[in-house]
Amino acid sequence: MKKSLNTIAIAIALLLTLSYTFAQSPKGKYGTFALTNATVYTVTKGILTNGTVIIRNGKIEAVGTNITIPSGAEVIDCKGQFIYPGMIDSGTRLGLVEVSSDPRTTDFNEVGDIVPQMKALTAVNPNSALIPVTRVSGVTTVIASPEGSMFPGTAALINLHGYTPDQMYAGFEGVVLNFPNTGRRGFWDRRTDDEIKKATDKAMEKLNDVWEKATQYHKLDSATNGKGVGYYPELQALLPVLRGKQTLLIEANASKDITAALKWIKEKKIKRVVLTGVLEGWRVADEIAKAGVPVIAGPVQAVPSREYDRYDRAYANPGLLRKAGVIVALQTGQAENVRNLPYHAAYAAAYGMGQEEALKAVTIVPAEIFGLADKLGSIEVGKSATLFICDGDPFETKTNIKQVFIDGWQIPMVSRQTQLYDEFLQRDPGVNKVKQ
Amino acid sequence: MKLKIFFLLLCCTWLGAQAQSLTGNVLIKNGTVLTVTKGTLENTDVLVKDGKITQIGKNFVAPAGYKVIDASGMHVMPGIIDAHSHIALSVVNEATQPNTGQVFVGDALDPLDVSIYRALAGGCTTSHAMHGSANAIGGQCETIKHRYGTVDADALRMEGAPRTIKFALGENPTRVHGSGNGIVPRTRMGVEHVIRQSFAEGKEYMEKWDEYKAATKVKGFRGAPPVYDYRLETMADILRGNIIIHCHSYRADEIYMLLNVCKDFGVKKLVFQHVNEGFKVAPELAQFGAMASVFADWWAYKFEVYYSTAYNAAILHKNGVVTSINSDSEELIRHLYHEAAKTQKYGGLTDDEALAMITINPAKQLGIENRVGSIEVGKEADIAIFKGHPLSSYTIPMLTIVDGVVRFDREKDADDQRIYVDPKGNNDNATFHKYYHNHENCLEGAEQTMVKLFGFN
Repeated sequence: MKKSLNTIAIAIALLLTLSYTFAQSPKGKYGTFALTNATVYTVTKGILTNGTVIIRNGKIEAVGTNITIPSGAEVIDCKGQFIYPGMIDSGTRLGLVEVSSDPRTTDFNEVGDIVPQMKALTAVNPNSALIPVTRVSGVTTVIASPEGSMFPGTAALINLHGYTPDQMYAGFEGVVLNFPNTGRRGFWDRRTDDEIKKATDKAMEKLNDVWEKATQYHKLDSATNGKGVGYYPELQALLPVLRGKQTLLIEANASKDITAALKWIKEKKIKRVVLTGVLEGWRVADEIAKAGVPVIAGPVQAVPSREYDRYDRAYANPGLLRKAGVIVALQTGQAENVRNLPYHAAYAAAYGMGQEEALKAVTIVPAEIFGLADKLGSIEVGKSATLFICDGDPFETKTNIKQVFIDGWQIPMVSRQTQLYDEFLQRDPGVNKVKQ
Repeated sequence: MKLKIFFLLLCCTWLGAQAQSLTGNVLIKNGTVLTVTKGTLENTDVLVKDGKITQIGKNFVAPAGYKVIDASGMHVMPGIIDAHSHIALSVVNEATQPNTGQVFVGDALDPLDVSIYRALAGGCTTSHAMHGSANAIGGQCETIKHRYGTVDADALRMEGAPRTIKFALGENPTRVHGSGNGIVPRTRMGVEHVIRQSFAEGKEYMEKWDEYKAATKVKGFRGAPPVYDYRLETMADILRGNIIIHCHSYRADEIYMLLNVCKDFGVKKLVFQHVNEGFKVAPELAQFGAMASVFADWWAYKFEVYYSTAYNAAILHKNGVVTSINSDSEELIRHLYHEAAKTQKYGGLTDDEALAMITINPAKQLGIENRVGSIEVGKEADIAIFKGHPLSSYTIPMLTIVDGVVRFDREKDADDQRIYVDPKGNNDNATFHKYYHNHENCLEGAEQTMVKLFGFN
């Protein structure tokens, strides 16, 4: 009897362990899901109360209040909860770096000043520990961007789920240009004003030289139908930008650099272009609006760039740009804490942008900027099922993200950080190895 | 030259108008008062006389000459305390030896640092201006009040606050000294050795002086005193319990090491800083009585913080460790209320528990909990007033009061808050920080070594 009791106890223990392991499985799940009784923030079509969202074949199949649940669908009751489209961080280094101070784990800064042919998508590590940490926060999609030199490479929009870069690719790539910069890059940047000016002038010369070469290359290539030119990968990478087929992402932060960049864009007649960073965009917001160039602003939680600027300029920048009529998406510019995107958005909202516009700036606006408004950025029929369920306003710090879906995959709500919590909240053994 | 004098005069005039007194009389009317230690009081008044909270209640009438602040619809909380910061310092690291306990950042206070104002604009009234983490035993630190407007460095000091000293374990001291200078410590073994040796020397020194002092009491004593050494004297003061250790640390093993070293030398006043893996040895920290001051969610900016979790603060707190959330950054110090709110997302702490992380808990870690860190009668009137609950991400700090003096007022303050303007300075000079680099503030001053070793890290 005692023995059989023991056996039962062991069986139960085993079962518990198994179910525990299952619950903690880091694997995603694909299928048909019905999310019912939710308040749905569609972003583009208002707010539905008691709404249902059907996910099938990776897409949003139906959205509404009177929806028939398909047979075999897994029903997730979202009573008292909310559904939002997955948040998009329009500028990060996520996937390209694991430990930022260790060069062996950083892959965003290739050697060379003009290397637009370097593709971020190639170097995205789908198994980075930073990715699950990010996606359980409701940030589902990010721009992974190379950085460093003048043309550091080509950035890519990725979804934060998949085992190869191609599985993660979300349909947009853009060439990055760090516009010649008159600002300092941190406390360690001890160059004199003269040195900075010389460096900027030289960089401007180089940029124009590169562009001239690319233009010549474009003409030759067009004239010969691509046959009469040799192998120039840098110039080849710039061709789609020259031809208006690919977006140029121009990083410019100081106001006069933004002005110079706008002038340069006009001069070179660049068709598809976005300004990124734009920390001092508020100073020249009208100019940017007039040029009709959209911006990816941020980080929002940042100190002002000048000692004499009002303390909240970085918080207020997106709102001021928006008020001037600029199209604004947001970025954190980070890797390990891309999860804080909703808080950058909250600060933008509180300091003038308003909640509705701030929400758009991390959903539909970037989707439009990247030419993916038919796939991402809102809860609409036919779009990718990239969304999340939460128990409150996702910009509020204490709100919990309950479930994330990416491309119709139900994402396990675990990361190394939650696993460490589970293991260490009540560590066993505690202080003494032998239980007292 | 003339221009210089003009600016100096301009500054003096401005200061004369702004900061005549270091304490003030204020009546804060009708706010939602988050006392932190004694619950939340609706529609409540707080009366401040000579920089101290004298009464908390309802329907007070302001005595003549008192400034009256209408806090209707606003939240009134204790001024935020940052247990780890480097603002208001003109230097951070004396990165020349593994033990520089003889130096004191209080000798390098910079009251003109506009970061002090920006911290005030985030409700932060007190910070722990720390030495950097280049050395296993760094310099002594200074607890300051954000009395921005003064040009007198001494006026920043929180008079009577206990002495503190910076220690540092792990990558920073081993990189600077072992890899950089080719001397011990190059490893975590070396770090332990440096600290044990320093304590042992301090003990010897203390005993020599104790013997000498005892001997002088004997009639007819004619011996000479031992040679005075301020570094050893500082070590002795740590052993005597006169200085609180604030130790930069990340990994569980190094934290555990310092607990053991301190046990061996009878040192009890110990606060771990950053302590990203503190959660792994939370029961040991609690048993020792050591405290922890952590980031809300920073991690992976270097290898020793790769195995971190944003649940660190919650795990430490729930295991009984007095825990605070710090900034170590001129950026984060402006929204510590938001950083504290992250303990609600990561671990479900209550409002009072979360607010304690940036008020009474850091006060305990600095030994100033009887003076600041909560809204209680008798405490110093360091108060922050918010539109919206301070733990909401939409909240906006409106007014910040230090010792009864309003030092920040969102409605009235001008854009440019510099106290000193360099007439030769270039107004077109902008700096664009990348915040993932900025969490190495602790190594400021040791850049030459870092540049040599790692490029611009």
